Amino acid sequence: MKTALTINGTTYQLEADTRTTLLDALRNHLGLTGSKKGCDHGQCGACTVIVNGRRINSCLTLACMHDGDEITTIEGLGQPDAMSALQEAFVRHDGYQCGYCTPGQICSATAMLEEIKAGWPSNVSDDLGTDIRLTAAEISERMSGNLCRCAAYPNIVAAIAEVGGDKS
Amino acid sequence: MNKVFTMDAPATSRRLDDMRQGLVGKPLDRPDGPFKVTGTATYAHEWNLDGMAYGVLVRAPFARGTITHIGREDIEAMAGVLRVITDARFLRNPAQGTADEAPIQGPTEVFYLGQPVALVVAETFEAARHGAQQLTMKWDCKTAVIDPETAETEEGENLEQGDLDAAMKAAHATVDATYHTPCHTSAAMEPHCSTAVWEGDELTLYGSYQMLNYNINELADSLGIDAANIHMRAPYVGGGFGSKLGIAPEAVAAAIAAKELDRPVVVALSRPQVFETTMRRSETTQRLRLAADANGKLTGLGHEALVSNLEGETFSEPVTQSTHFLYAAENRKMAINIARLNKTCAGSVRAPGEAVGMPTLENAMDELAEKLGLDPIDLRKRNLPERHPEEDIPYSSRKYAEAMDTGAAHFGWDKRNRTPGGLREGEWLIGHGMAGASRVNSIGEASARVTLSRAEDGSALATVETDMTDIGTGTYAVLSQVAGEMLGLPMAQVITKLGDSRLPKGAGSGGSWGASSSGSAVFLACEAIRSQISEKLGLREEELEMKDSEVTSGNTRRTLAEVLEDGPISAEGTIKPGDTADDVNQASYGAYFCEVAVNAVTGETRLRRMTGVFGAGRILNEKTATSQCYGGMVWGIGMALTEEMVHDPRDGHIVNHDLAEYHLPVNLDMPQLDVILLDERDDWACPIQTKGIGELGFCGAAGAIVNAIYNATGVRIRDYPVTLDKLLDGLPED
Repeated sequence: MKTALTINGTTYQLEADTRTTLLDALRNHLGLTGSKKGCDHGQCGACTVIVNGRRINSCLTLACMHDGDEITTIEGLGQPDAMSALQEAFVRHDGYQCGYCTPGQICSATAMLEEIKAGWPSNVSDDLGTDIRLTAAEISERMSGNLCRCAAYPNIVAAIAEVGGDKS
Repeated sequence: MNKVFTMDAPATSRRLDDMRQGLVGKPLDRPDGPFKVTGTATYAHEWNLDGMAYGVLVRAPFARGTITHIGREDIEAMAGVLRVITDARFLRNPAQGTADEAPIQGPTEVFYLGQPVALVVAETFEAARHGAQQLTMKWDCKTAVIDPETAETEEGENLEQGDLDAAMKAAHATVDATYHTPCHTSAAMEPHCSTAVWEGDELTLYGSYQMLNYNINELADSLGIDAANIHMRAPYVGGGFGSKLGIAPEAVAAAIAAKELDRPVVVALSRPQVFETTMRRSETTQRLRLAADANGKLTGLGHEALVSNLEGETFSEPVTQSTHFLYAAENRKMAINIARLNKTCAGSVRAPGEAVGMPTLENAMDELAEKLGLDPIDLRKRNLPERHPEEDIPYSSRKYAEAMDTGAAHFGWDKRNRTPGGLREGEWLIGHGMAGASRVNSIGEASARVTLSRAEDGSALATVETDMTDIGTGTYAVLSQVAGEMLGLPMAQVITKLGDSRLPKGAGSGGSWGASSSGSAVFLACEAIRSQISEKLGLREEELEMKDSEVTSGNTRRTLAEVLEDGPISAEGTIKPGDTADDVNQASYGAYFCEVAVNAVTGETRLRRMTGVFGAGRILNEKTATSQCYGGMVWGIGMALTEEMVHDPRDGHIVNHDLAEYHLPVNLDMPQLDVILLDERDDWACPIQTKGIGELGFCGAAGAIVNAIYNATGVRIRDYPVTLDKLLDGLPED
């Protein structure tokens, strides 16, 4: 099936099986292997990408459902010699070890900071009506869909807090 | 010029301390970081070779029996499917760490539910997966043995010293308690994967593996080919934790398929397959016996464990590993019995032995301290042996007491709750607990090549090369730091190349020995290079000062670029374990302190804060070492509170074979964690005075949390993990 996907500003004409997930389309068909497959079940978050501004698990959605969608993957956020602020902060704070969950963590965090700016409350927010403060608990709660078996969690929180704090 | 050094005597010169570049020990960023955070680091599935086909393994859906028929034809007729492959060379289970030879092979005789029995290869992943799901098979079932408590057992290690029974009878205070820990799984984030491609008789395998030097021989032996014809690549490995130590079924299946189809084949395990066909940690039933006199001196110590594994496997979870040397007691009994079960192969999962043996020992010590009315730290200190209580050899460097004292001061241990169940904040019961950490230390034979050359811009550049892997452990960083320190180069002027079997053989990543082994190999190669430089300049090597790309000695000063004018200087270093492995007892040590809140109504436990203090010899990189310790402590949270792999007792299938049902700690489960690294040099360990740190952070961590839960609630749970259902009945009424 033919699907037009706009990924990191470039439009790709994908010709793939209707069973192909967005994640497998990226990795196996389009050579964008930055998004990782950790579980293929929507349980680990390693495949997180940003579709039309919102973070999703790309293993839980079929590529053919995204005709015309704007997709941002880790490759769209920065390159080794031109990293985004979050990517730099992850390096500085050692917000990873093996690195496999990292692209998903960073895509997730990128979109998450926008959710906080937009005032979306979470399970740990004190008050639904006021601005959300970027506390460690808010970051941890909102990043709990991204597993890290190396358990770089303290460093991930520190990296996000630094970048989110700078913006606010 | 090469340098080979055998560790037969302590390395007291501590040369790294004399170097001037200032890299070793510093909290430097990983050089591989920019690739990891941008998705440009290449893992095993990401080579996207031309003409690549996709293979999906099919598992046996029963636990014991014989496959009599595979419905190959129907599947091969499906659109996109290329071949259904079964081959006598298929692996029953992964090789154990450092096996260096093929594990048991054959897909027909089935020993556990999940054993790979066929591979479906197709043009696309979707077609291969569909074919694998539809494949029918027939089999003759035999009775499977699932429960270790009723299985036949074999005797493993068995040590008796003195008379423990008599010591228990004569003691002032005793503990005789049985603990249970469930099966655990590594659950590395990258599922096991291999991409195989042949050129004639030469196989290249891109795999997710920890120990290429062993893996290449295991793969060659499995396939029946010469290891010289295999090239393995693993520049990035998405976590291992022991599960990628030995060659695994997907590598052999991918290689066989690629040969048969004459095109590249990639085989990745699905997440449920990772649970079912990669190593599990055995469940354990442990009886701990402690006997003490009125002064809190241990007179007896018993640690007996029942563990399990498949038929034909030599590995058994070494539960008593640290118990042998941690505490003094004249009368001792340590024993391990192995139940032969039809469950997924048991092997190394992070810190095999201490992971489950230390928390329970430390729970028993907590129970004893209470009976004696002693501070748990005091009890431990009263029982630190002068010499190994069984082998009568001295200890190398042991920071156990210092770790406890440092941790106690940092945590505020003197302000802890002293009455179990006695501190309450609203509906939360607050408790404090501590436990010791201990992990045996060793090195493996390792080589590395270092080449000093001039870069395109004329500056001096060091290139470190070894087949050693970085599984998240920081190898790229620490090897670069050692080379830069020794050769006087900033980090940007050192390149480390890893994970290629054509490079000098490292020890591999496992048993926390990687940094010590390969770090020493790099150190020795650099010493050889320094000798060559000094020879060239007519100077004494010991007097060379190398810093910021310059060499100075007395009145002589040269830039390294000048020294390299007539060509690069290269050397290989090789470290070999020697007498220091037996002459002294080597281990790394630490201590944990934590505060928990247990909900008096629901029984839910929340960890509020945790401090870990560790002595692991010289720290090469404070940042990556701290990350390792965070990781270990978070594994401790999982083990204490949530992690348990559950087998259906009827057919042996893993009920919770995915990341939604096997509960790893998530970000919000993590409390405030503090890690303190002690200043230490262990001359007996290796020429760079380091010891292993990758597992230490986990070796006892869960015990501290469970001790704190007791302190909060007054309820002793000896069955890990401490889920709320186990606590509820014992919780105090208001």
